Amino acid sequence: MSARSGARGGAAREASPERSVVLANISRRRFLTGLSLGGFVLAAGIPSRLSAADPPKYGADGMPHGWVDNPLVFVAIASDGTVSIVCHRSEMGQGVRTGMPMIVADELEADWARVRVVQAPGDENRYGNQDTDGSRSTRHFLDPMRRCGAAARTMLEAAAAATWKVPVNEVEAVNHEVIHKPTGKKLGYGALAKAAAAQPVPARDTVRLKDPSQFRYIGKGQLKLVDAKDIVTGKARYGIDTRVDGMLYAVVARPPVFGGKVASFDAAETLKVPGVVRVEKIEPSPMPARFNPLGGIAVIANNTWTAMQGRKALKVVWDDGPNASYDSAAFKAAMEESARKPGKVVRNNGDFDAAVASAAKRISAEYYVPHLAHATMEPPAAAARITNGKCEVWGCFQSPQAARDGVAKRLGMSADNVTVNVTLLGGGFGRKSKTDYAVEAALLSKAMGGKPVKVIWSREDDLHNSYYHTVSVEHLEAGVDAQGKPVAWLHRSVAPTIISTFAEGAKQEAPLELGMGVINIPFAIPNIRIENPEAVAHTRIGWFRSVSNIPHAFAVQSFLGELAAAAGRDQKDFLLEVIGPPRVVSPLDLSDTWNHGESPERYPVDTGRLRRVIETAAADAGWGKSLPKGRGLGIAGHYSFVSYVAAVVEVAVSDSGELTIPRVNIAVDCGATVNPDRVRAQMQGACVMGVSLATLGEISYTAGRVEQNNFDTYEITRMSAAPREISVSIIPGDWSKPLGGVGEPGVPPVPPALCNAIFAATGKRIRRLPIREQLKA
Amino acid sequence: MTSVTINGRRYQVDLPADTPLLWTLRDQLGLTGTKYGCGMALCGACTVHVDGQPVRACITPLAAVANKKVTTIEAIGADKVGQAVQAAWVDLGVPQCGYCQAGQVMAATALLKRTPRPTDSDIDDAMSGNICRCGTYVRIRAAIKQASAQPGGTK
Repeated sequence: MSARSGARGGAAREASPERSVVLANISRRRFLTGLSLGGFVLAAGIPSRLSAADPPKYGADGMPHGWVDNPLVFVAIASDGTVSIVCHRSEMGQGVRTGMPMIVADELEADWARVRVVQAPGDENRYGNQDTDGSRSTRHFLDPMRRCGAAARTMLEAAAAATWKVPVNEVEAVNHEVIHKPTGKKLGYGALAKAAAAQPVPARDTVRLKDPSQFRYIGKGQLKLVDAKDIVTGKARYGIDTRVDGMLYAVVARPPVFGGKVASFDAAETLKVPGVVRVEKIEPSPMPARFNPLGGIAVIANNTWTAMQGRKALKVVWDDGPNASYDSAAFKAAMEESARKPGKVVRNNGDFDAAVASAAKRISAEYYVPHLAHATMEPPAAAARITNGKCEVWGCFQSPQAARDGVAKRLGMSADNVTVNVTLLGGGFGRKSKTDYAVEAALLSKAMGGKPVKVIWSREDDLHNSYYHTVSVEHLEAGVDAQGKPVAWLHRSVAPTIISTFAEGAKQEAPLELGMGVINIPFAIPNIRIENPEAVAHTRIGWFRSVSNIPHAFAVQSFLGELAAAAGRDQKDFLLEVIGPPRVVSPLDLSDTWNHGESPERYPVDTGRLRRVIETAAADAGWGKSLPKGRGLGIAGHYSFVSYVAAVVEVAVSDSGELTIPRVNIAVDCGATVNPDRVRAQMQGACVMGVSLATLGEISYTAGRVEQNNFDTYEITRMSAAPREISVSIIPGDWSKPLGGVGEPGVPPVPPALCNAIFAATGKRIRRLPIREQLKA
Repeated sequence: MTSVTINGRRYQVDLPADTPLLWTLRDQLGLTGTKYGCGMALCGACTVHVDGQPVRACITPLAAVANKKVTTIEAIGADKVGQAVQAAWVDLGVPQCGYCQAGQVMAATALLKRTPRPTDSDIDDAMSGNICRCGTYVRIRAAIKQASAQPGGTK
């Protein structure tokens, strides 16, 4: 291993199995000369933007710690030919532990059957950005991982040529061996591993990438998930499954109101529960909330159940603080009031006021989407142990570096002394980017003299103390011409901002929220004004899969459905007409300075692509077909995470208002696809999540407290109510074009397509989510 | 001390009799394949078989399984129906995060043992107690059908 990696070589050790000769056995000097400047600068942790004078950085370049494409970091080859490939992003169901190593293996010409996937610990200096969020893994790491595999392949070829004393252009790596083309001599990767390790890492610009026509795995969809077998046999390990010798188990009573504190507590009854070892106060963290623990009273015991029983016996008096007045019904009314008054203008084209005044008709509507909780099936869980001044953490983290930094800061340690091991994640959806539970585990281990302690959140804890999807009122007004076509568009979006979690008192949506489908609507409407009235957060607001795209797309696409109906037009034709002819639009012209962190030149908004997914989903669904009474089709198309997704939902609503969804057609254009089967799976899953939040999902507050406790009151769509069929069309991509996101963009079009379908079936317009009983009576 | 047979092995468990089977399996015996999801029999993540019947381990006290035979996800592959279900799950790429899938596999296996050729409505009835937050339901349904069609799989 390189000297640089040696200091905290958790993964280095894992990637170098016993007895193996490791490709990565290389000196520091060679490492430095072998790796060109760009990668090293990023790997050394220098901020991606040095000063305001520097040009902005986009994509992976703009992320903390950027990217690394060094094969010595990601690939190790054992003498038996086993190729270990490090996956540095977290697996939460998107298939990244299959997809990312597959990219390396393809360029490496490795035989997948002999590839072993090794999960990286949290170490962004070493691996580049690891924050598995924002639908970014494949789109940011396709190129670095290709280069990584190709560089390792080059080193194997060079080693073989040197062994045979032949020119390197006479040898070629094919499927786990290097062939001398003139003679047909072969050497396996295992046999070459040692010699390859002595080869310099080729300079980045000399690495020859495959032509996409030569891809062996990428884009083929033939490989099974690397973890599938372990998952169905019970061997897969999640954070909550962590077991360490001598480990204790803890649950925490946290403040029921955001910002609350323990006023007093009585643990006498708790300590009488056999098996309870300790009751420990966790101090609350100062505001802003960030990823810090909320504080509370921890009960530490010899197993989870005992800890839970101990917590039940605990008597805590809470000082609720100012958020005790948070009430969802009152807050909705207050947001509606704000939405009916002018707010900060965040985009303005033409003159809305003048255009609406002279329009043939003025139409307006308001839409409400409540708070949501991710409700990952695996609730947050982490274990920690402190030995000799070093802390080791295990858990289900989307952002292991955040866990590492958070633990280091709270324990007053250097991050170098904190190791964060990443397990599988039983769902993430944004919740597990916020690693407050890692810090809890570390604090409790410290309280127990360094003994390993595992903190488990119950389902109730998860629903009561999450980082919630925001709550929003979207107010839309349109002036339409005599044909019903919109000539003026006003959208006021009111929602507490995620920024409030990081900067107390923030009241405006940030560019990263506005750029999620409220300002960056690429519509052929001459007069557009988007406003953002203020809203105050009274709970921890966090990102939830697809984030602000959910309320924005729900409002915009529902409103277009309403306008189409008012004009007596076909919904799909009307939608395409509002989008206008195919054209490429700079996000900057839509006042979107964020563009999901991507370059406005590389990633413009392409209305042709948006049109195409809409047309494809419509054609797949047999749009225009006649349906029996009580059935209807609805459509929506949305651009998010630099991908384009359209949904056509078919509903059946019975006379008594029972809703069923026989079929959904999704069309997605996310560029070229590394693992098309996982793209399909993500679209199917996103569709069900969209249905779930549209029909059932709601977190509400009274007296500052979340009203929902478990899956009886925070319901999730089940098999019987899920769409019976979800078909996905993937628009063929081009490897010369940049990739789009996949994990999130499938969600936003589903709720409005569903509500548009309900309107088509029943004439009833849903403006408030969840739908729940609204179709009854 | 409670005597219980788990995956063919007899255990004497020294835990209070009201300890749920779930935490007995996970914390005491190290069988972490059975998952916690809700603690109230609402999500099905903890589904195991007790004398061949699917039960939710999170609300099943240890006392209720005394002298009974418990099968968990770790051993369901020894059953040919369980094995067919597992194979179909892998083949069709059912799992996403995979956390609920142990419970799904256990529920599906119980269904197919009872009803070798289930209808869609049988599948809805048997599987709707198992929540999948990733939304893998269409593939679960397809995999159940595939497993049911395995030659000799569910005779």
